[in-house]
Amino acid sequence: MSPLSIKLGRDLWRIKGQAVAIALVVAVGVLLQVMQTGLVRSLDETRRAYYERYRLAEVFAPVTRAPVHAAVDLRKIDGVAAVETRVAGAAMVDLPGAAVPVRAQVASLPAQGAPRLNDVLLTDGRALSGERPDEILLLQSFARAHGLKPGDRISATMNGARHDFTVSGLAVSPEFIYTTAPGELVPDDRRFAVLWMTRTALEAAFDMDGAFNEALLSLSRGTEPDAVMAEVDRLLDRYGGTGAYHLDDLPSNKFVVEEISGIKRTSKTVPPVFMAVAAFLLYIVISRLVDAERKEIGLMKAFGYTSWEVGAHYLKMVLVIAVGGAVLGGVLGILAGRWMVDLYMLYYKFPFLLFRLDPSSFAIGFAVSVLAASAGGLLVLRRVFALTPAVAMRAAAPADYSRARPLGGWMGRVLDQPTRMVLRRLARQPLRMGGAIAGVGAATALGAAMASLLASYDTMVEMSFGVIDRSDVTVTFIHPIAEQSRHDLAAIPGVIEVEPIRVVNAVLRNGRHSYRGAVNGMTVAPRLYRAVDADMADIPIRADGIILSTGLARALDIQAGDRLTLDVREGRRPIVEVPVSGISESLIGSPAYMEIGALNRLLKEPLRISGAFLRVDPVRGDEVYRILKDRPMVAGVALKSESRAALRKMMDQGAGAMRYVMAVIAGVITFGVIYNAARVAQAERERDLAGLRVLGFTRGEVAFVLLGELAAVVVLAMPLGALGGYWLNLAISAGFSTDLYQIPASFGLTGFGQAMIVVLIAALLSGWLVKRDIDRTDLILALKNRE
Amino acid sequence: MTENTFTIRNLKKIYGHGDTAVHALRGVDLDIPVGEFVVLLGASGSGKSTLLNIIGGLDRASEGTALFRDRELTTMSDSELTRYRRDHVGFVFQFYNLMPSLTARENVELVTEIARKPMDADTALALVGLAERADHFPAQLSGGEQQRVAIARAVAKQPEVLFCDEPTGALDSTTGRAVLKVLKEVNERLGATVLVVTHAASQAAMADRVIRFGDGQVIEVKVNETKLTPEQIEW
Ligand SMILES: Nc1ncnc2c1ncn2[C@@H]1O[C@H](COP(=O)(O)OP(=O)(O)O)[C@@H](O)[C@H]1O
Ligand SMILES: [Mg+2]
Repeated sequence: MSPLSIKLGRDLWRIKGQAVAIALVVAVGVLLQVMQTGLVRSLDETRRAYYERYRLAEVFAPVTRAPVHAAVDLRKIDGVAAVETRVAGAAMVDLPGAAVPVRAQVASLPAQGAPRLNDVLLTDGRALSGERPDEILLLQSFARAHGLKPGDRISATMNGARHDFTVSGLAVSPEFIYTTAPGELVPDDRRFAVLWMTRTALEAAFDMDGAFNEALLSLSRGTEPDAVMAEVDRLLDRYGGTGAYHLDDLPSNKFVVEEISGIKRTSKTVPPVFMAVAAFLLYIVISRLVDAERKEIGLMKAFGYTSWEVGAHYLKMVLVIAVGGAVLGGVLGILAGRWMVDLYMLYYKFPFLLFRLDPSSFAIGFAVSVLAASAGGLLVLRRVFALTPAVAMRAAAPADYSRARPLGGWMGRVLDQPTRMVLRRLARQPLRMGGAIAGVGAATALGAAMASLLASYDTMVEMSFGVIDRSDVTVTFIHPIAEQSRHDLAAIPGVIEVEPIRVVNAVLRNGRHSYRGAVNGMTVAPRLYRAVDADMADIPIRADGIILSTGLARALDIQAGDRLTLDVREGRRPIVEVPVSGISESLIGSPAYMEIGALNRLLKEPLRISGAFLRVDPVRGDEVYRILKDRPMVAGVALKSESRAALRKMMDQGAGAMRYVMAVIAGVITFGVIYNAARVAQAERERDLAGLRVLGFTRGEVAFVLLGELAAVVVLAMPLGALGGYWLNLAISAGFSTDLYQIPASFGLTGFGQAMIVVLIAALLSGWLVKRDIDRTDLILALKNRE
Repeated sequence: MTENTFTIRNLKKIYGHGDTAVHALRGVDLDIPVGEFVVLLGASGSGKSTLLNIIGGLDRASEGTALFRDRELTTMSDSELTRYRRDHVGFVFQFYNLMPSLTARENVELVTEIARKPMDADTALALVGLAERADHFPAQLSGGEQQRVAIARAVAKQPEVLFCDEPTGALDSTTGRAVLKVLKEVNERLGATVLVVTHAASQAAMADRVIRFGDGQVIEVKVNETKLTPEQIEW
């Protein structure tokens, strides 16, 4: 092995602590990159393959009741590749032992053979036989959550009548990758079911003999879906079509797509920050190394080594660290990706989901991280080139401390010698100190932003379920019913308060922006479910205009005072213009609010409600649920406590889990930065410190010179960290917000305090490691080594 | 007529400019014949190191010419100078300047690795009497031993010229004599031209030629008729 390679190895060994710290920073950047791009690819490809293999429809057209022959016309539409019709509807599954009935969706499958569109994948048991109308296929996740197996019997209420069924098999479907009960946002396997039955059985249950209530269409390649949907709407209008919608608006697909683009978003913002920090650290460390080795560099040049050869030597050092970090990050990224995939499988019901490394993006991530890290090293190379070999012949001049002379005056009387040494250094090398302060400040900012983000998740849950929604139970009816029914609800023993709501499905449009959602009709001054402003104060609901949530206003690019087109997708399907009268704060979903009477008037359906919020005496809760589930008009009963728990669980185990990965990473970076600052300071002053010891200063006093410097850096970095953290928190919380929930940017003292604790722990640990080294320093060696 | 290793004419070196300019060399004329053992004497700051650095290809002159054999050093490009140092020149410094992270052998190999016709690193160490200490790190060697490693490193490439800037400056006289003995041997056995800068005037007695330096100029050049061996020198 060449002596330079040997020197490289030994030098790396000497700075191993720093090398590892920097490599870790590089590694976490690559980790994120590999994990996130891999996840995007895995989710994207699996989704596509799954949709294709099970022929998921591209256009869904619900209709009140259309005769079977209407499908013939649909098939003739230009660009339609295949049409399937089915009977679908809502059901309530009664499970022995469960207080609350489970909401379910039912869909028909052809009696014979596979459906042309929206096929299912049978995972257990056998397919529907076609002969027995009481057979069902059950959604696998629901069955597993309740321990149901093929052969078990369950009963369900459909269209007001109760039926008993035998589970013939379990199934999964691309239509239900992300399954939530209607009107809910968070999946809970136990609380939502899908039942597949033969067409004949469902036609009977829903009075649909020779008819269908949902058409599914697939399109030929390159077809513009909007034109097809308009034609479908026209054809189905007389059968009570409620408006065709595209796969993009299918809730399950929407969540999967939003999840994927969320990961894409964070992968574009966060890893580059880490890379920049790594490059900065490498720059500091290598430049310090080159400074310390001026003589060695001069010497090598004196022997006839070219600047390139010498430069390559130091560049190799950078590359070893960067490549080592990148490789480690790649491996960790794959492991983390696999772990995340397992988490995703809890919420996204893919039949299979393998973590697929994206080779090209891995290569790019690898190259970028190595280049970014090397950029720091390249800057240093300039100095290697500039050094003349004659340096080798000269003894190093003592560092010039003249700029710090004023400290000798009055301070001399107040401060002891070691304190003055600390201050002098800050004054004498403002650039280098500034670099250290910037580094620690950046690490603090990152930590504070991440800690605030963690807290924001709690804020989000608290605000949504404690402040905005103060009900205990949400009841949904099968279809809008007379307003008087609220009195029936209020009459149930244990119900304390009832607040009616009318939810109307609609497409909201503003110019070319549109959003498929719903308008909530509410009383003027609701108490249980409110619209609030940023200060959590009530916003009165208006009859003369609509109130939009911030997320919705953003999606539609609209402001208070503008006019909005409301394309109602039920009843008479009116299209009306309404003014936007206010913007409300909302963290979950993207609701819009309007006074219930005014909304009903728009629909020409006066005095209708589609659901209600209830406040319930906690002691009589179970009784209330039992009564509710036996009411024929009730389609669903949602307990807030369960919704809240489900949301929390999802944020901890699902997509939100990424925030923990990032918080750990922020911790790693913080430690990396501070440890480096301490080591660099130690290396730069090794001889001075040994000199002090020789002069009779104690170990403690000597350590103080160094650790005092570290402490000063940390203190000076605090305001920088607070400011940076504030901005970073804004960016990161925006990146983590999804269609499902918005993470409020809330940079607070708590988050900053937590970050400071991490910084202090890192500083103490680094200080201790460095002090241990100082204590061990062989005085003779330290003085002799660098002549 | 004897051939010259170096032919130096009106060589000047000015550090800095304006009021703070330092005239380190004020017009040096010198001929250094091939294969001689030359000693440079002179007060501290008289410009000895500056001269050595320039003809060693480490630094550039401000004015004048310096020929190495028939090649002009003062007009060489950086890469030509690098080649020159790599192929023809060996250096020994006052403060040894060994790489602390490399063993004695590895320090020598650092040079043999890039030389044209190097001798074996162990042979070079044997030449300076340190064959047994080849695997020691600089920190494990005494000053004299470190300097001998530095000499082994300088001679291992079998250079035509060996520059030694105060090689005994940091050593006691016994150790210093051992070092001088090695230099003399290199001069005789390898036929290398050796230039030694020293403070100790008595060391001049072992040289073929003594150059006395003062205030950036050559004051006197003396050719010794009779020479002493290193053992005979006292300082
Ligand atoms: N890099 C430099 N910058 C400015 N002045 C220098 C530099 N190197 C040497 N000198 C000056 O040049 C003069 C000659 O120095 P040098 O050749 O080192 O003397 P010597 O080796 O004879 O002691 C001295 O006055 C010294 O201060
Ligand atoms: Mg000198």
